[in-house]
Amino acid sequence: MSETEPSAASLSTVATEERVGLWQRTRPALDVMTSIVVVLLLWEGLVRLFDVQPFIFPAPSAVLRSLWLGLASGRYVAALGVTLTEILSGAVIGSLAGLIFAVAMVSSRLVNRMLYPWVVGIQTIPKVAIAPLMLVWFGFGIESKVLIVALTAMFPVMINTISGLNATEHDQIALVQALCGNRMQILRHVQIPAALPYIFAGLNTAIVLAVIAAIVGEFVGARAGIGYLILQANFALDLPAVFSLLTLLGTLGVLLSLGMREIERRVCFWNRRS
Amino acid sequence: MASALEFRNVSLTYRSAGRSPVDAVRAISLAVDDGEFVAVVGPSGCGKSSLLKLALGLQTKSDGVIRIDGKDVERPRPDVGVVFQSPVLLPWRTVLQNVLFPADILHLPREQATRNATDLLALAGLQGFEQKYPYELSGGMQQRVGIVRALVHDPRVLLMDEPFAALDALTREAMSLELQRIWMARRKTIVFVTHNISEAVLLADRIVVMSARPGRIIADLANPASRPRDIQFLSQPFAAALSGQIREHLTRAFAMQAPGIATS
Repeated sequence: MSETEPSAASLSTVATEERVGLWQRTRPALDVMTSIVVVLLLWEGLVRLFDVQPFIFPAPSAVLRSLWLGLASGRYVAALGVTLTEILSGAVIGSLAGLIFAVAMVSSRLVNRMLYPWVVGIQTIPKVAIAPLMLVWFGFGIESKVLIVALTAMFPVMINTISGLNATEHDQIALVQALCGNRMQILRHVQIPAALPYIFAGLNTAIVLAVIAAIVGEFVGARAGIGYLILQANFALDLPAVFSLLTLLGTLGVLLSLGMREIERRVCFWNRRS
Repeated sequence: MASALEFRNVSLTYRSAGRSPVDAVRAISLAVDDGEFVAVVGPSGCGKSSLLKLALGLQTKSDGVIRIDGKDVERPRPDVGVVFQSPVLLPWRTVLQNVLFPADILHLPREQATRNATDLLALAGLQGFEQKYPYELSGGMQQRVGIVRALVHDPRVLLMDEPFAALDALTREAMSLELQRIWMARRKTIVFVTHNISEAVLLADRIVVMSARPGRIIADLANPASRPRDIQFLSQPFAAALSGQIREHLTRAFAMQAPGIATS
């Protein structure tokens, strides 16, 4: 590294190199910021220039004002709490179910043959299409949304876990077998840890889909949550509110995804360099 | 006294539907004494690895008797250690945890296993690396961890399947000497499969030469030279003659197997 170990070059060269290093490191973040600022300014300018009505297309300033009012009044915070509860509990239930099904299907050919047609069948049905049914069965409360989220989150976790469990190195299994290890020990000590990077790939997909599923569920029928507020604002032609809620939702999705990646980085620390 | 490991008339035939059966190993008889270091040399596809799988109890023989310590091998046994061609370390475990893996699987007392593991790691020159992860080690160090792991549950017999094949030539030599040192300290019965003649001559008390398709034993040569042997040992007349003898047997085996190619 040129910064940590300067060669026999003159001081001025070293200083230039340091500046170049700093510039190169901050450059990507700077590009992103520039892009955001330019687009927002352009958007604001165009709306003002052509005098576009806020119920057709609100300016960023109007959206920000709406966002601030929503957050300060506590309405958005409460809605966020509801939606986040739906997402997290649904994702946890769905992921656990996906893990258990995957282990069962990999462990037993019989279970695999019995479950497979159902899994494929249910997976091919869009979860949006099942949502009204969940409403009939579980009502307008949080339960129906949790179930829709769980159903959606289950499949990516299950599919990825199955490929992970099947991708274990043959010699690693032979090692346990040579030590008189049983099937449970192979699963616990080798297959599951080896499948962790795959499982996390599934979890990353699941958490993103969970956000979508929760909003879809709330659209179909709910009494609270971000999706419910979006519908309300839409009916009232309060487009600044719609935009501010969408911003909130986008931020939530990004944060959940980043959080999952951070957990993955810590759990699968050994997978970074391979 | 019973041999530590004994094959008597062992055959292994792979049968798969729609294809003629393949003899991997035919009528192998081999008795390995307690504490003896035997190298099995042969061309690829001669059934050397099948022989080890049979001794491990991971493969069912078609015919014959396999005994370890006088008892028939029908399934894996806890008193056998194995080293594979690649280190087969678990990347999510530290070096020490990897070495303790057999103790975990066999539910051995933790404290005693840890003491043995620490001693063995020191013996293999891995002191101070206990808390490192496999990706932080070089290939040679990883394979040394693999060898230490195979010894941690104090097996009677150590089976090694081309353990240094994936290493570069210099590391390979260093590792051979390392293995000799560990073996001299711990005196396990070792069956060491390799296709490297020098490695076999350097390490083994006895060298068994196999031919391919079907895998059969075609020579059984003693190597009584004193230990410890170093790399210079290989250039001594005795070692050179032994190497020549092994090569001759292998060439003849190769000629029988593929008469068209070996005439040159």
